[in-house]
Amino acid sequence: MQIARETLLRSYRAMRTIRMFEERLHVEFATGEIPGFVHLYCGEEASAVGVCANLTDNDTIASTHRGHGHCIAKGVEVAGMMAEIYGRSTGVCRGKGGSMHIADLACGMLGANGIVGGGPPLICGAALSHKTLRDGGVAVAFYGDGASNEGTTLESLNLASVWQLPAVFVVEDNGYGEATAASFACAGTQKARAAGFGMPYIECDGSDYFAVHEAAGEAIAHARAGKGPVMLHVHLQRWYGHFEGDAMTYRAPNEVAEARRDHDCLKLFRERVTQAGLFEDSVLDEVDAAVTDEIEAAVMQAKDDPLPQSADLLADVYVRY
Amino acid sequence: MSKKSFRQAINEALRQEMRRDPTVILMGEDVAGGRGGSAGTQDAWGGVLGVTKGLYEEFGETRVLDTPITEASYIGAAAGAAVTGLRPVAELMFVDFVGCCLDQIMNQAAKFRYMFGGKARTPLVIRAMYGAGFNAAAQHSQALYPLFTHIPGLKVVIPSSPYEAKGLLISAIRDDDPVIFLENKVMYDVEEDVPDEPYAIPFGEANLTREGDDVTIVAFGRMVGMANEAADRLAKKGIGCTVIDPRTTSPLDSETILDCVADTGRLVIVDESSPRCNMATDIAALVAEEAFDSLRAPIRRVVPPHTPVPFATVLETLYMPSVEKIEAAVTATMNHRVTEKV
Repeated sequence: MQIARETLLRSYRAMRTIRMFEERLHVEFATGEIPGFVHLYCGEEASAVGVCANLTDNDTIASTHRGHGHCIAKGVEVAGMMAEIYGRSTGVCRGKGGSMHIADLACGMLGANGIVGGGPPLICGAALSHKTLRDGGVAVAFYGDGASNEGTTLESLNLASVWQLPAVFVVEDNGYGEATAASFACAGTQKARAAGFGMPYIECDGSDYFAVHEAAGEAIAHARAGKGPVMLHVHLQRWYGHFEGDAMTYRAPNEVAEARRDHDCLKLFRERVTQAGLFEDSVLDEVDAAVTDEIEAAVMQAKDDPLPQSADLLADVYVRY
Repeated sequence: MSKKSFRQAINEALRQEMRRDPTVILMGEDVAGGRGGSAGTQDAWGGVLGVTKGLYEEFGETRVLDTPITEASYIGAAAGAAVTGLRPVAELMFVDFVGCCLDQIMNQAAKFRYMFGGKARTPLVIRAMYGAGFNAAAQHSQALYPLFTHIPGLKVVIPSSPYEAKGLLISAIRDDDPVIFLENKVMYDVEEDVPDEPYAIPFGEANLTREGDDVTIVAFGRMVGMANEAADRLAKKGIGCTVIDPRTTSPLDSETILDCVADTGRLVIVDESSPRCNMATDIAALVAEEAFDSLRAPIRRVVPPHTPVPFATVLETLYMPSVEKIEAAVTATMNHRVTEKV
């Protein structure tokens, strides 16, 4: 499938933004200035971006505890995200959510989610809204191999099939649920699970933006056409621990190094588009420089932004009470 | 105005709101019933106790959605639909089944607004039946409203009569926050005059069902009827009781409770939920803190023992609050004499 030049450039920029956002957080978290838990998405960028390149603001996604990549890919503003992670009142959730709860309903981002398996049922609901309101939208649940074993996820696969919802279930399989390998924790296969619920299954290499884009395009088109839900199984590697501070003693010493060397989605993307003569390296270098500036500005701004006020504690529990 | 049962009042509220607003949808296990069965029947049940009967016929399968028996997925779906443009009314059947889907209520629906910095609206209603008195035993008889009341972000409604049920359910559906609407399963056939036209009863405004000078009784749901009967019997003995039906436990009309206690100086709370950390303890704490000087006797709680709900009728009867137990508590508080310190 031919992908428009501007889509490619936008996708590259989104992937680069995620990479730099996360790598900067890795550094900043170590200084102790960022409160709470942070789970980094580095290494998995092509999944979020390859899927979301097929979506518009009218479509809905739900994310996970490892949600920064999905947020950026769906168009949540980077400065607002950074401010949120720093617990500032200028954050997208006004400092009430933090890393694990970044949401922006205006662009169809239903929230990162601190509960493993929290998203799939919500996505059934979002898909039901799209179907009932006939707005042409599709709802996409991102969840990990860990969440793929949650009852909520399995129930949602069933419900989406029973109701023939315009939903796509994206299993981001990075091989680990926290510190336990999928090879231990996931019985059977994702493919057989999809078949068990009567839905089509597509799998792809998550370090290959083009593969993800094509597979997701097919899945989303199927759902959008009213043919029911699809499972998209994306094979990935995460480059950092489950959370920041995780020493990853459960992974072989060379595993991450090899992933960085052989499965870097940004490197692979660059090779492919420059070899095909689609872009000069200089064009991509410009993007990299612009993103570097954007992240730097976001961090500086976040550190400088005001903290929430005491009155904010009681605000927005209810619309009306 | 005509006589309607608790069941009919709820059905009418749903029907009228669904006619008024096309984004109101129903979902739940067998809210219609019969889908896919060998008889080809539609609307076989209309809910396990017939509360939603006939709505499928009028609104069809896009507005009345039968679900698999998978509470986590469809309660979660209702939450997800609520933040994306619909006004779902999900039926959880027995409130005891919240154990299968609490995450979707507690960590998802209840949290969206605050956690997302005030940018989400979650106009979700979850209807469920609660309460003992049906020989339904430990897994189908609980009165779990304290559990929901404990969770910020949820509103909790307990109607005490058919009239209350219709007006409060209409408010629940029109509300932009998640509402847990609890129906006492013993009350579905209770009848009273209920207006035919739609009307909304606001949340957080208690209703005084009896007025008297001696004792304030606060009661919830089905307990309001028992408290009224106890008050009527006590009135004949010359003891005047004010009976407060708070209608909603969240928000709670604490002002009315405190005002009445200031007038009577005595308080009895009737609550059929398990006795630890329930509404009775909550209101006792409120009054102890805010109206200590008004009290002329210790606060009394008419509550079940701290046990699961038993099955056998003889045990279930012992378990439940009753008119007699309320009368005894009121009498005890009236007989209390302050011991002078020596």
